[in-house]
Amino acid sequence: MENDLNKIANQIRINIVKEVYYAQSGHPGGSLSIADILAVLYFKEMNVNPNNPKDENRDRLVLSKGHCSPALYAALALRGYFDISELKNFRNINSMLQGHPDMKKIPGVDMSAGSLGQGLSAANGMAIAGKLDNKNYRVYAILGDGEIEEGQVWEAAMTSSRYQLDNLCIFVDNNNLQIDGSIDKVINPYPIDKKFEAFGFNVITINGNNIQEIEEALNKAKEVKGKPTAIIAKTTKGKGVSFMENNAGWHGKAPNDEEYKLALKELGGEDDE
Amino acid sequence: MMNKNEKVATRQSYGEELAILGEKNEKIVVLDADLSSATKTNIFAKKFPNRFFDMGIAEQDMMGTAAGLATCGKIPFASTFAMFAAGRAYDQIRNSICYPKLNVKICATHAGITVGEDGATHQMIEDISLMRTIPNMKVMCTSDDIQTRWAVNEIAKIDGPVYLRLCRLATPKIYNQDEKFEFGKGVQIGNGTDATVIATGVTVSEAIDAMEELKNNGVNIRVIDMHTIKPIDKDIIIKAAKETKKIITVEDHNIIGGLGSAVCEVLAENYPTKVYRMGIKDVFGKSGKAQELLKYFKIDKTAIMEAITQNK
Repeated sequence: MENDLNKIANQIRINIVKEVYYAQSGHPGGSLSIADILAVLYFKEMNVNPNNPKDENRDRLVLSKGHCSPALYAALALRGYFDISELKNFRNINSMLQGHPDMKKIPGVDMSAGSLGQGLSAANGMAIAGKLDNKNYRVYAILGDGEIEEGQVWEAAMTSSRYQLDNLCIFVDNNNLQIDGSIDKVINPYPIDKKFEAFGFNVITINGNNIQEIEEALNKAKEVKGKPTAIIAKTTKGKGVSFMENNAGWHGKAPNDEEYKLALKELGGEDDE
Repeated sequence: MMNKNEKVATRQSYGEELAILGEKNEKIVVLDADLSSATKTNIFAKKFPNRFFDMGIAEQDMMGTAAGLATCGKIPFASTFAMFAAGRAYDQIRNSICYPKLNVKICATHAGITVGEDGATHQMIEDISLMRTIPNMKVMCTSDDIQTRWAVNEIAKIDGPVYLRLCRLATPKIYNQDEKFEFGKGVQIGNGTDATVIATGVTVSEAIDAMEELKNNGVNIRVIDMHTIKPIDKDIIIKAAKETKKIITVEDHNIIGGLGSAVCEVLAENYPTKVYRMGIKDVFGKSGKAQELLKYFKIDKTAIMEAITQNK
């Protein structure tokens, strides 16, 4: 299973590179860093049904760092929500695959997102609704480490804790880079773990590019009662493509022909055009 | 017409009716940002504590949480002062609620300069403008008790976001219990042809008072109570422009972007007519008693009468 999930994460990465290359636009760095998390969520952890994307009992995911849509779209396509060939139309005027996730157009997208800092509030709303209706679904959200500089995240963190949302588990994709550089040099949201602890979260810190650690953290999160869980996922921005790794320049840039070929080669993928 | 001595603030009618609606519709949940005693959602909170969520002084989070609840089939009513709803949480309303067309009702109280003593920081005079420019959003501003009670029930039936603008100031009851309203349709009061005064919210009763006093001087006007500002009732505006000698708009809102602008947009495209816009003339408000401020900013009965008799 673990091996399979690694393969799926790699497939997600190959498709991220393709999406951004064909669109000549988009955000590869932060998409590549969350590929492993999405592989575990959509192919093991989450109770979802691609044939019934709006099933009211399903688990839900809010990709709060919405610019990493290439990763989400790749995961959804691979899981069977829509045809994988659609990925090449990412950001195209005729495509449903908008630059940022659009729940009205794309099957499997549980919440529209894009303006940073808003996703945790929406996830809280879903988790509160689950409690009100005595449903067993779980709610996940993925936030960027730069994103948590937005004040609304901490308003929302108080709400998660105040309403004891133990059906909520968030990931902070801690790849340490934002557009203007290292997050600690820009404004410094560290210590992230202690901040979420202080806001009443159960906090687990892991290597977010390690499938087994992600699986274990999710299992632990489910055992906690009375409080939400924050998984601080230490990741590598651009993970899997050597020249994109740990380079803020690849936050929102598309590869050229040569870079595209090199990236696919490193990931063991092929261009099927 | 009702007994004018009986005055009720639209926020009070909202709070009372919301608690009644809560009994009929279990999907209704209510959120507030530490102002439930002022917005009157505390009436609902007392009756349905499990369906009421005090989000603290965190309006942005409140709007986002309401959006999340709506994705799960709830009908959230989110309340705070208009300043902190349409102003502070604008991006959340736009991106988390309106873009995905989620079924959230934003019922914002304490709109306009009639907030009174709290002064400019709390006197929201841009909310109609901000809210009506967002795609998918519908905008209402009710004028009295009966109309507000109707609106609370009506917006719960609409699938999608609605902004309902409510006021702090107690205003006269205008309508009888059996008055029939229609979403998106203005109410014509009187049928004079000397002028039409199009008003919304607290200025409707001022316009009606002006109409009645002018009648004694042999001037016959009509008032249009424009409770729905988006979508606006084009027909009633065009008809008024055709049948009456002048069009005046009056609102407790900046003259830029609000009711006056909406009326001008309709007439410019359909029946070009000169329009005199009364409202807050692109300045901030100030502290004072609500009635004093209506007079100071020239949106009261006297100012409306002057606008008509002095042929502005």
